Amino acid sequence: MASLVDRHTAFVAALRQAGLPVSVAEGLDAVRAMQVIDLVERESLRAAYAATLVKRPAHRRTFDTLFDLWFPAALGDGAAAPERHLRTREPGERRVPPALDPEVRARREELFELLLSGDDPGLRQFARTAVAEYGQTPGQESWFSSGVLRAMSPETLMAGLLNAVLTGQERGGMAEQVARRTFRDRIARFEDLVATEVRRRIAEDTGVERTARLAVRPPLERLDFAAATRTDLAALRREVYPLARRLASRLTQKQRLGHRGRLDFRRTMRASLATGGVPLTTHHRPRRPHKPELVILCDASDSVSAFAHFTLLLTFALREQFSKVRAFAFIDATDEITKYFAPGTDVVDAMTRMAREADLVWITGRSNYGHAIKVFDDRYADAITSRTSLLVLGDARSNYGELSLPILRRMADVARHAYWLNPEPRNQWDTGDSAASAYGELVPMYECRNLAQLAAFIEELA
Amino acid sequence: MSLHPDALFISPADVERQLAHVGYLTDESIATTVFLAQALGKPLLVEGPAGVGKTELAKAVAKASDAELIRLQCYEGLDEARALYEWNYKKQLLRIQAAPTDQAWDSTHDDIFTDEFLLERPLLAAIRRRGSTVLLIDETDKADVEVEGLLLEVLSDFQVTIPELGTVAAVRRPFVVLTSNAARELSEALKRRCLYLHLDYPKPERERDIVLAQVPGVEAELAEQLVRTVNTLRALEIKKAPSIAETIDWARTLLALGMDELDESAVARTLGVVLKHASDQERATKELGLKG
Repeated sequence: MASLVDRHTAFVAALRQAGLPVSVAEGLDAVRAMQVIDLVERESLRAAYAATLVKRPAHRRTFDTLFDLWFPAALGDGAAAPERHLRTREPGERRVPPALDPEVRARREELFELLLSGDDPGLRQFARTAVAEYGQTPGQESWFSSGVLRAMSPETLMAGLLNAVLTGQERGGMAEQVARRTFRDRIARFEDLVATEVRRRIAEDTGVERTARLAVRPPLERLDFAAATRTDLAALRREVYPLARRLASRLTQKQRLGHRGRLDFRRTMRASLATGGVPLTTHHRPRRPHKPELVILCDASDSVSAFAHFTLLLTFALREQFSKVRAFAFIDATDEITKYFAPGTDVVDAMTRMAREADLVWITGRSNYGHAIKVFDDRYADAITSRTSLLVLGDARSNYGELSLPILRRMADVARHAYWLNPEPRNQWDTGDSAASAYGELVPMYECRNLAQLAAFIEELA
Repeated sequence: MSLHPDALFISPADVERQLAHVGYLTDESIATTVFLAQALGKPLLVEGPAGVGKTELAKAVAKASDAELIRLQCYEGLDEARALYEWNYKKQLLRIQAAPTDQAWDSTHDDIFTDEFLLERPLLAAIRRRGSTVLLIDETDKADVEVEGLLLEVLSDFQVTIPELGTVAAVRRPFVVLTSNAARELSEALKRRCLYLHLDYPKPERERDIVLAQVPGVEAELAEQLVRTVNTLRALEIKKAPSIAETIDWARTLLALGMDELDESAVARTLGVVLKHASDQERATKELGLKG
């Protein structure tokens, strides 16, 4: 029993280290849960831990990765040994290119059948043996998923898989799209299984704690915009609407809280009739909510585009919280982009149309804050009034060009509030061509590198 | 705490079997979590997108264990008087006015704070019930933050203090299910007291079984096609991904229209059943290559 308790505490410690807020009480709940479930069932144990310790969906991936390390599905090559002898390479054996190796071809056919039928336990077992066979190159100590994926190259099976299901059907239509999606999911599942298996083998060789530190990625809301991969970006975009909804409900709540409006004498008197003329409850007039006007000025150059896109999306998703939103994008010239974000337009379309149609480039196509601010002042000076909150998005890197500080000072003075969101880490400000503190003196500058920081700021703003 | 809820289920497998019997198909994690909530006597917080069967889960548990379902629907402005209990002021006033003039004030005072003048609201009702009870607190995220404070007391000790009457403790601990759409983050304190279950869109195999179970008369082939198409739609970047409820609606629609195959024209004609934003429909039409 002692070893189980040790493992439990080490696992909880690892979760905490990865940023999951696991309290002592929750740890105890997990132990209590382990007393009533069947510990032999690994998935039961996983569900028990998840129910007691993980209370945010964003943390689930981290949890699964760590769970697979602390409670591995198998030891070594696995207890459920495959029917045939595992292939091991003699040192110095001549390597046949995978595509020509008959053994690899046989294995690929096996994988093909598994992907076609969608047999999950079979796929899991297959991933285990595949990693045992191809996950380690001779002479190397460590394990890699790249070797397995190169030998099996599941992507290249796609054409065959599609042929197998779409026999005689018209290609290019919906049926193909749907089938492609199904197989892409299964292939992704296989790659996931291989990665998990490789992590397990590494952990056996080098220790669980060390592997855990390397394997864990930050949850989506803490992911740096600049470090996001393409899949991360798609996932982030999908987060925008739920996040906007969450923020909006919190904002309305904040507005309702605190101040109650003036006493509504008529309603109070009417209500008192029911209690014999005694006004037991008083009624108040609703307060008029404060809705600021928002003008967004955003850098659309490549270095910060991912960040700018999210901020734009989020502010437009929150449109109801502001009385008016106008957005302007610049690289070295400025253009209004509000029209691309009309209600009901498609997110992805809006982005591509903005990039194609808006007139953002003056000469070089590299950001020039000074000229962009000047163009904005020439053409849209009337956008900023005493009711406006001005929001500038950008890394303040002007490629050593002019800065137009006086114009920005005037804009900030006219506006009711002005803020600058900078997607760069604070310790890189003022390095190289960054004019962060020059601008920061005029307009308060905030670091904004992930969704959590962005949400916190927007809440502050409205 | 010595008070134990009724042993409704004896194992996760038992949960799975009993819920399947009343038409709710679970998977490993749902079954285990429901079992744990019952075995540890903790409230169960179910979170997930709209239409994945959060409320249905509570109803299914009530049905499977033959318990009464008491439901507290949360909304903005929900307060103690609507959630816990309220004194019936009007009746109390009547009682005072109808009291004989020679009656002492003390006895009138004692008279009007009795069970007779107490209006029971869902939380108090669930605690006072003697039979087995499932308490469903629906859409907890819609309620204000103060209500969470109220729930903390009720859910950790299963008792309610009424100043005029004293403390009412549960005779039989109810099985509590809280649901949330995550429209706002619930407080850490509340989450800590609950077991957490995140219900997401199901795996294709489970969704197919759900469609087959919920829509009698649908062919297995069609259900399979339907579920795969819905999965493809969910993978697109759209505002509102179709839920299980919408998949089921879609199956019913196709059945009612007498379509036994889901081809491009069938999808194009009935897309409004699953996608409810104009921009989402346009996107799906484009990506799936549907011709109007």
